[in-house]
Amino acid sequence: MKKVLALILTLAMMLSLAACGGDSGSGDAGEGGTSESGNPVVRIGVYEPQTGDNGAGGKQEILGMQYANYVQPTVDIGGTTYDVQLEIVDNRTTPENGPSAAAELMNRDVSVVLGSYGSGVAMAGGTVFEEAGVPAIGVTCTNPQVTTDCSVYFRICFTDPFQGPALASYAYNTLGVDTAYTLAMLGSDYDQGLVYYFTEAFEALGGTVVSEDFPEGSANFVSYINNAKSAGAGVIFAPVSTNYAQLIIEAASAQNYEGSLLGSDTWDNNMVVESTVGKNVSVEVTTFYQEGGDPDFDAGIKEWMNANPDALTNNGGNDMVAAVTAMGYDAYFTALEALKLAGSTDPAAVLEALPNVSYEGVCGLIEFDEIGDAKRDQAYIKQANTETGAWDFVTVQGVE
Amino acid sequence: MQELIPYLINGISVGGQYALIAIGYTLVYGILRLINFAHGDVFMVAGLVMVYSTTAMPMYLALPLVIAATVVLGFVIERAAYKPLRTAPRMSLMISAIGVSYLIQNLAFYITGGVPQPVTVPIPWISENIMVLGASTKRVTVVTPVLTIALVVILVCLIQKTKIGMAMRAAARDFETAQLMGIKINSVISMTFVIGSFLAAVGALLYFTNYPSVAITSGSMPGLKAFVAAVFGGIGSIPGAVVGAFVIGLCEELIKGLGYTTFSDAFTFALLIVVLCVKPTGLFGEKVTDKV
Repeated sequence: MKKVLALILTLAMMLSLAACGGDSGSGDAGEGGTSESGNPVVRIGVYEPQTGDNGAGGKQEILGMQYANYVQPTVDIGGTTYDVQLEIVDNRTTPENGPSAAAELMNRDVSVVLGSYGSGVAMAGGTVFEEAGVPAIGVTCTNPQVTTDCSVYFRICFTDPFQGPALASYAYNTLGVDTAYTLAMLGSDYDQGLVYYFTEAFEALGGTVVSEDFPEGSANFVSYINNAKSAGAGVIFAPVSTNYAQLIIEAASAQNYEGSLLGSDTWDNNMVVESTVGKNVSVEVTTFYQEGGDPDFDAGIKEWMNANPDALTNNGGNDMVAAVTAMGYDAYFTALEALKLAGSTDPAAVLEALPNVSYEGVCGLIEFDEIGDAKRDQAYIKQANTETGAWDFVTVQGVE
Repeated sequence: MQELIPYLINGISVGGQYALIAIGYTLVYGILRLINFAHGDVFMVAGLVMVYSTTAMPMYLALPLVIAATVVLGFVIERAAYKPLRTAPRMSLMISAIGVSYLIQNLAFYITGGVPQPVTVPIPWISENIMVLGASTKRVTVVTPVLTIALVVILVCLIQKTKIGMAMRAAARDFETAQLMGIKINSVISMTFVIGSFLAAVGALLYFTNYPSVAITSGSMPGLKAFVAAVFGGIGSIPGAVVGAFVIGLCEELIKGLGYTTFSDAFTFALLIVVLCVKPTGLFGEKVTDKV
């Protein structure tokens, strides 16, 4: 009896596995396949985290690309109209999972890759893209090494050597603070990189910085906030992922921290801003886009999200437009421009065409320098409104 | 001294949270000689149920539901994954526990989509800010140690004074003989899991009020530390687990306060190694009291 039961269980498991395998297999059309409309298909890879600490941010970035694909589903390449198909893979936030997700994209014959949210995983994928000779466009990965260490990586956002000093300048000159406390996760390229550039700039301005790190998986930030208080820090700069940002805000509020919490682009997330509602905290972040910057785009994507329950869920349950979503939208069109310039779906041709792309997106003009970084010298600074749970625009910040 | 106070308050609170989880480890070990690796994940599931139920229904329904769901989960895990292995070697039981732990984590992964879930509707009253000895904190920080001690006192009374408590002590002392004496061993074991899960659920309610974000791995670190606390105090001993948890909670926060934030976790696990080398039975784990 027991043996029969075990056999049935095993069979059931195998069948369900087979069913899953069938699902993922049906998505693959062969090389140069055609879509339902009869047009040839060009594939754009989306290399983003959908699970893990950066899952929420990655999903919002994908939303921008999906909306862009909905607005502009076709592209003319060399006189032929192609249907654009997004190939989305989940790199699960962490660098060790990146290469397999990147390799999966290479197997799906993509012409160009967009992503990733999170610099560490972007670098891990970069080596795979470089080997395959497929160009990648970083959307919001701000660590400089993403592009400097990889010949095929381009990027449409500002970088940490700009973002860190911009925030340092804001803290020192605008807020008038001379002691800063920084908090970063151990082993995170993004966090540590930003803290480094912030510290360098803040100390150059004449301020003092107290730096501390926390291990991955921490939930209790109370003692860190107390350390910041006893150091007399006027700002806490914590360029961490959204999950930790929420916990830090909670702890700062519980400990009655009176200074400002400074966040980087990762903090520009509606879950973060919602967690400030009703709390006595001051949260300021740098970001790529401020809602209202392009009313047509805002209205369009809100309508699209409200019509798609899944999109709304992925956006955190409301229709607030995150900067990473706007950046995802721009990245998609930048890729289309590159495809048009290349006149071919061959990744090598796209790679050659990318440095010459010039595209006016909703987040500003996109042009690349010789390393592959976008030429940007301004960041938006916005503040969390603890009553309405929305971002208020503060200033446009450069490096002084 | 004034500077130390926030760290002390926080450390005692963290200790209380670890204690509530540690008792679950120590009770089950006392009777089954099993380290229930799934316990940290039961704690995490309680947090997830809290996230979903508090948004969907009023608080007076949501909180009992969290506790009921967690207790049922603990009971079902024992019946499904441990009971069929009662006569199997103890190693099989341990492997089954590890399997359950991963199963729960992956189910939670499927349900949450792998994204940490924020607690959007915190429990009123205990989530408010108060001032204690000149330090600002949430009320839950003060409530946690008090509630923990109260629950432990009730639990000790239950084990010392009631019939089921006597049965538990008997089962802990000698499993087979207790069975021969007419003790329904299965219901005693189920009771142990029910109590352990109940305390984990209370712990989760307090923990996720303080740190309002539930990730699928949220249970593993507190679970591991509570396990270290149970070993430190002498696994199998309830007072030992509680004392161990408070010591670990306090040390962790004081180390962070001294500025060695990077080493706060490392300290806990270094302590585990030292205890196992120097006094393998832990603080209270004498041969005679190495039972429930």
